[in-house]
Amino acid sequence: MSRLRLTGVSKRYGNFTAVDHIDLELQSGEFVSLLGPSGCGKTTTLRMIAGFVDPTLGTIEMDGQILSSPAGSVPPDRRQMSMIFQSYAIWPNMTVEQNVAFGLELRKLAKAEVRRRVGEMLEVVHMNHLADRYPAELSGGQQQRVALARAIVIRPAVLLLDEPLSNLDATLREEMRFEIRRLHDEFHVTTVYVTHDQAEAMVTSDRIAVMNHGRIEQVDHPRSLYNQPKTRFVAGFIGRTNFIEGVTEGNQISFDGFALPRAAFEHDMPPAGKAVFSVRPHSMRLSDSPPAGGSPSVGVVVVERAFLGEHWDYVVRPREGASPLRVMASPMDDIPVGASAWLEFEPRQMALIA
Amino acid sequence: MTDNSLDLRAIQFSGLASRVRRLDASMLLWLLLIAVLGFLILNPVLRLIVSSLQETDTGRFTLANYRTAYGNIRHLQSLLNSLELGVGVALLATCFGVPIAWAISRTDMPGKAFVRLMVFAAFVTPPYLGAIGWILLAGPNSGWLNKVWMAMTGATHGVFNIYSMTGLILVIAVTSFPYAFVFTSSALDLVSSEMEDAANILGARTLRTTLRITLPLVTPAIIGGIIISFLEAIALFGAPALIALPARFNVVSTQLWQFFEYPVRVEEAAAYSMPLLAITVLMFWLQRRILGRRGYTSVTGKGGERRMIALGPWRWVMLGYALIVCALSVFLPMLVLLQAAFAKAWGRGFSLDNLTLHNFYYLLVEQTQAKQTILNTFVYSGVTAFAAISLSLAIAYVVNRKLVPFGNVLAFLCVAPFVVPGIVLAIGFYAAYAPPPLALYGTATILILGFTTRFLPIAYTSSAAGLRSINPEMEEAVRILGGSRLLAIRKVLIPLLKKSLAGAWILVFIPATRELSSAIFLVGPNTRVISVMLFDLSEEGNFEVLSALGVILLVATVAIAAIGSRMIGRDFMLRRNS
Repeated sequence: MSRLRLTGVSKRYGNFTAVDHIDLELQSGEFVSLLGPSGCGKTTTLRMIAGFVDPTLGTIEMDGQILSSPAGSVPPDRRQMSMIFQSYAIWPNMTVEQNVAFGLELRKLAKAEVRRRVGEMLEVVHMNHLADRYPAELSGGQQQRVALARAIVIRPAVLLLDEPLSNLDATLREEMRFEIRRLHDEFHVTTVYVTHDQAEAMVTSDRIAVMNHGRIEQVDHPRSLYNQPKTRFVAGFIGRTNFIEGVTEGNQISFDGFALPRAAFEHDMPPAGKAVFSVRPHSMRLSDSPPAGGSPSVGVVVVERAFLGEHWDYVVRPREGASPLRVMASPMDDIPVGASAWLEFEPRQMALIA
Repeated sequence: MTDNSLDLRAIQFSGLASRVRRLDASMLLWLLLIAVLGFLILNPVLRLIVSSLQETDTGRFTLANYRTAYGNIRHLQSLLNSLELGVGVALLATCFGVPIAWAISRTDMPGKAFVRLMVFAAFVTPPYLGAIGWILLAGPNSGWLNKVWMAMTGATHGVFNIYSMTGLILVIAVTSFPYAFVFTSSALDLVSSEMEDAANILGARTLRTTLRITLPLVTPAIIGGIIISFLEAIALFGAPALIALPARFNVVSTQLWQFFEYPVRVEEAAAYSMPLLAITVLMFWLQRRILGRRGYTSVTGKGGERRMIALGPWRWVMLGYALIVCALSVFLPMLVLLQAAFAKAWGRGFSLDNLTLHNFYYLLVEQTQAKQTILNTFVYSGVTAFAAISLSLAIAYVVNRKLVPFGNVLAFLCVAPFVVPGIVLAIGFYAAYAPPPLALYGTATILILGFTTRFLPIAYTSSAAGLRSINPEMEEAVRILGGSRLLAIRKVLIPLLKKSLAGAWILVFIPATRELSSAIFLVGPNTRVISVMLFDLSEEGNFEVLSALGVILLVATVAIAAIGSRMIGRDFMLRRNS
C-alpha cells in the first residue's frame, strides 16, 4: 500500500489556480522531489500535504486514511509528519538540544529516553559537540543540520522539505545534498522534497515530479526524466537541449537541412506526420572530417563557439538548413568559426516529446 | 613640459592646502555642534549635579541638600510610592498591551483595524487628559461610574475611588499600554510564521505553540515594554499631580514640584531628583542589554508567507478583551470629556438643556489669556520641532558621512536626553539658565530650548534612520557631475528626505504640544502653554472649560497626526524606530 496518495488535488486562490489536479503516490520509504520553477505550485502542494493549506478539490491520504479534503482536514499537529522550512525555523530561544528534543517531549517520552535519542540523532548529523549552543551561534550549514535532526528524531511518517538548501552557499549546498540523501538511506523516511534546483533533485530523489503552472508534467526516475523527457517543458527544464522538428516521410524523417532513417528510432517509433525531438548538446558528435562510423551524420557550418575549459560550446547550422543547433565538444576539438564540420546523431538519445 | 610640471605642482599644492582647510573646517564644525549640544544637554545635567552639592547662596560644597531631601520620612515614602506606581503600571500595561498585540499580529481576530486605531488614540491622549476623564468617571460619589452603580444598586456611596494608588495605576496604565503594544507587536511581526509552523508539524497545538515558542521569542521585547512603561510612569507629573495630591500622597515627581513652591529650593530638588536620573539610566542600559542580545528573530532567513492563527470562537473573546481595554483607555474617558466640554455643568448629565458651546467661546474668544496660551503652545511646539530637526539632521549628516572626527560623541549626546526624565531635565535647565547671567526664566527661549533638548532623541533617531535609507551614491552622482556638496544636499538629499523629515517634525510636534512635566518648571506668567493651563484649571475645579481645552488640544493633535499618516503612511507613530 502506498504511504501517501494525492488524488486530484487542486488549490485555487480566487481566480488563480496555484495547484491544478495533481495525482501523486509515494511508496513507504520513497524519496520524491517536486521540481519546478518558482510559482509552479510546488510549495503550495507541500503545505497542503503538511496541513497548513486546505485543498480546494481532491484528497490527500496517508496509509489509506484521508488527511485532507475540501470538507475538512486533520490539523498539522496531528499528522505525525515533520517539515524542514526554507528559513529552517530553528527556535533561537532554545539550544540545539532543546530544539531537537521539542518533538519528543510533546510525545511524552521519558526524560532519559529523550536525552538518549537526541544524543544519538545529534551524533548522526555530527552536531553532538554543539548541543548546548544557541542557533545564533551556528553557521548556516549547522542550523540546517539541527533542522534535519529536529525533523527526523521523531521518526515521522512523512518528512517534508521546503527548499531547505536555498539559503546556503554553493559549496555547502552541494555537501548538504549528499547529507540529506545519506540520512534518507539511514532512516528510510518517506520524503517529499521541494526544490527548484535540478541537481539537488537528481542527487537526492528516487523519483522526481516536474511541475509547471500548477500541474505535474512528468513523474519519473532522474535518469528517465533526463533521457526520455515526455514534454517540452521537462526537456527544457532538466538540463540543456535542442528542440528539432521532423516530418516522417516513408522510411525517412526529414529535419531542417538533413534527414535520418526512421529505422534508427526503433525504441520510440515516431508517428506519421510532424514530431518534435529533444536532442541533448552532448548526445551529438562534432568532427572536422566526415565520420567513418555507422551513425547518421550531416554537414554543418560553425556559427559561434565558446571555450568553457571542460568543453567547447558550439553553435552550428546544417549546411542546407536555417535552425542552429547547440553542440558540446571535447576541449581537443578545435574547429574555427565559419569552418565546415560534420555532426553525428545518436538516434537512441533523441527523445520524442510531442 | 615645464608648464605641465608647474600644473602638477599646483595641483599637489592646492590638494594639500584644501586638505588642511577641510580639516580646519570640519574641526570648526565639530566644535560648533559640540558647543550647541553642550549648551543643551551637558551643561544642564552638570549644573543639576553640581547644584545638588552646593549651598544655596554661597555656592560652597555641601551635602546638606541630600540630608534635607532624604532626611524626611515623607520624602522617602514618596520614593517608595513612585516605585509601587512604576511596577503597578508596568504590569497592568503589559496585561493590556501584550494580548492585544498578539491578537492583532498573529490571529484572525475581527476588527483589527479598529482596535489598532483605538490603540493609536490611546497613544496620542496625554495621560493628564486621561486622568481628568477618569476623575469624571470614578471620582468618589460624583463620578459617572459611581452614579451608575448607585442607581443600579440603590447604594448611598459609590464603590470607585480614583483618588488612590490603584486609581492612579489604572489611569497611567490605560494611557501607556501602547508602549507595551508597540514593542510586542513589532517583535511579533518579525517572527516568521515558520517558527510556529515548525512546532505545529511536530505536534504542538496553538496554545502550546504560543506559550512555548511565540511568547518566548518576543520576551526581550515584552521586557523592553515593561521597562519603558515603568520609566514613563515614574517620570510623569500630570496624572500623579491630578490624582495623588487630592488623595494625599506624593510620588517623586509631585514631591519635586513641591520643592519649587515658594521658597524655591532648587538645590534640594536637584539632590532629590538623583534617584530618578540614576534609575532611568540604569533601566535604559538594562533594556539595551536585553534587546541588544542578537539572535532572537534575527536568525530567520526568508520569512515566507505569514499565516494567521484561526482562533475559532475564541476570536470573539479576544475582541471583547481588546474592546474592554479600549473602553477603559479611550471610549469612556473621551465620552465624559466630550460631555463636560459641551456641558453647562458636567454633573447635570446628558440632557439637551445642559448643552452649550460657551466653554469653547470662553476659551477661544472671551478670555484673552487662553487664546495666548493656545497660540503659545503651537508656536513653541512648531519652533521646537523645527529646531530639533535642523540640529539633528545636521548632526546625523556629518556623523553618517564621517565629515567630522569623533562623530559618535555627537550622536551619543543627541540621544542622551532619552535617559533624562523630563522633570529632571527641567530642573537642570532651571538651575543652569534661570539665574543670571542668562536669566532666561519665564522667557519663551528657555521653554523652546528645554523642549528641543527633551525631544532631540526622537528627532535624531528619525533623521538618522531617514539618512541611512538614502544611498550616498545619490549624492556622489551629483558631485561627480560637478555639483558641490551643498548643491547635492539641497537638490537631492532634502527632496529625498522630505517625507521622513515631515514625519519627524510631527513626531516632535505632537509630544511638544502636550508636554507638561518639563513645562511646569519652566513657564512664566506670559509663556503659559495648554498643558500648564489645564493643570491650573483642574486646581480651580473648572472641569467644563478644562475639558473644552483638552478637546481643542486633542482635535489639533488628531488633525496633525491624520495629515501625517496621509503623507507618510499609516501608523507611522506606532512604529518603533529606536
